[in-house]
Amino acid sequence: MPTRVLVPSGVLGLGFDRSALARGVAMAPDIIAIDGGSTDSGPFSLGAGQSKYARAATKSEWRDLMLARAQAGVPLLIGTAGTCGADATVDWMFDITVELAAELGQTLRVARLYSSQSAESVCTALDKGRITPLTPAPEVSAKTLHSMSNIVALAGAEHIQEALKTGADIIIAGRTTDTATIAALPLMRGDHPGGAWHGAKIAECGALCSTNPTSGVIVVDFDETGFTVEAMHETALCTPHSVSAHMLYENTDPFILYEPGGHLDVTNAHYTALDARRVRVEGSEWVPGRYTVKLEGARIAGYQTTILAILRGAHYAAHAQQWVAKLTTFLTDTITRRMDLSPDSYSLDFRLIGVDGALGPLENRTGTPVEVGMLGLVTAQSQAIAAEIGKLINPFVLHYPLTEDEELPTFAFPYSPATTDRGALYEFALNHVMELDEPMSAFRLTVTEVGA
Amino acid sequence: MTAAMKTLGEQVLKVRSKNAGPFWVTIDIFCGSPQAYASILPRVRTADVGRLYGTPEQLVKRFDIPDLHVIKFSIPRPVVQGAAADRDMHGAQWAHLLDEMLV
Repeated sequence: MPTRVLVPSGVLGLGFDRSALARGVAMAPDIIAIDGGSTDSGPFSLGAGQSKYARAATKSEWRDLMLARAQAGVPLLIGTAGTCGADATVDWMFDITVELAAELGQTLRVARLYSSQSAESVCTALDKGRITPLTPAPEVSAKTLHSMSNIVALAGAEHIQEALKTGADIIIAGRTTDTATIAALPLMRGDHPGGAWHGAKIAECGALCSTNPTSGVIVVDFDETGFTVEAMHETALCTPHSVSAHMLYENTDPFILYEPGGHLDVTNAHYTALDARRVRVEGSEWVPGRYTVKLEGARIAGYQTTILAILRGAHYAAHAQQWVAKLTTFLTDTITRRMDLSPDSYSLDFRLIGVDGALGPLENRTGTPVEVGMLGLVTAQSQAIAAEIGKLINPFVLHYPLTEDEELPTFAFPYSPATTDRGALYEFALNHVMELDEPMSAFRLTVTEVGA
Repeated sequence: MTAAMKTLGEQVLKVRSKNAGPFWVTIDIFCGSPQAYASILPRVRTADVGRLYGTPEQLVKRFDIPDLHVIKFSIPRPVVQGAAADRDMHGAQWAHLLDEMLV
């Protein structure tokens, strides 16, 4: 059965064009699906179990989508709620939904799909040989698993379908694959499986597959042989090039995409312009395989304090690397003597902005910068130790001379205090898949009647 | 280097890079035309790209995509995204090294 999916944007919180959304709603979609996150911004969101987007931005956009849902009379679905899709951010999104239901006077059935995994359950799977590393993967053991603050499994289409079967008006899903939220309904209705997954991948970033990426809203029509994609903003065109090029985006392999229960192969897909705005895609293949779900985990890798100094003098700017090397040796010795800390229990990392700040050892250009920013990153086992090291190095970062026979220099500190305590540094600690006999066995579904 | 050599960026439409998950960076060269693609293809060698990013050639995945006039490389991140030593959370500045490579 043909299925029309409205995708308002690549992620909730980034904004979408409201007139384009209205045009999408007027096209009578069967479902409205949007992504709520990714690992794109780094490990903090998963580690801390927090959304990266402002609550106000999320609520404002979710209000528009809840109104669009009421108007269209179809389910509204968000995947990877609250950036990381941990249980805490699913509940955060649920709280926003409850508030909005009251404000808008809506009565709703809301399904929550939870993706968080306990360390114990993953340990059990590890013992049974059901955890497989991907390349490259951090080492995994019972000890590392128990050190993680959050572990999530990426839900697939089957989990979203279970949520849809509850008859929910709104589905708030924890971590899901980017594509599963869009592919679930077309697959459930018997549309072409290769087309369902491929169309979902094309649509997952909203209008990024069109000539006007920031306009957000697109509509995908799935059917028994493939899919057709169209952007809703008047100036946004989907062309065979803009659509097929999207397979390159954030993918290591532009032809193969692994999902729970198999993989998508678009090697033989062909892209045809139906007119200036719409592209038809057929020929994508779904290849069934083992039922595995990908795992993501994050843990605290230390605590950080930072310091920033600016070297404007021409001599210091030109010799910044030499200065930093000398300063590092001096400070390492000073920290050992004054704090009785061995260098392997903390790290002191000075980055020279204007020299090689972004690329470090890979940088192959040299030049004469006007000024050099010196960003110091102290990482230690507790915030108290990192802060203490920060205070200890502060006067030397301000005054350390390049040579012994010169007057003490004073560099620019942009603020006071010069040090900033950053809190916990999280790191990604899993790049593995977990095999399941029954897809729902690692996920939980809760249905709540909300409002009125 | 010969006098005729120019940066890759001067000869193509765009070079971009981005994380592909926390453990990989992917770099796309958009040549912009079949002619540019045909001209660039033999001159961008996988070993040179590996060297540029400090990665052994056998770990560099390469995709030549004539339909899009694109050459794509995917490289395991030497530093996992967000680790203490990471300098570029999104991996988007890596593109400049390839953009500036003389070919």
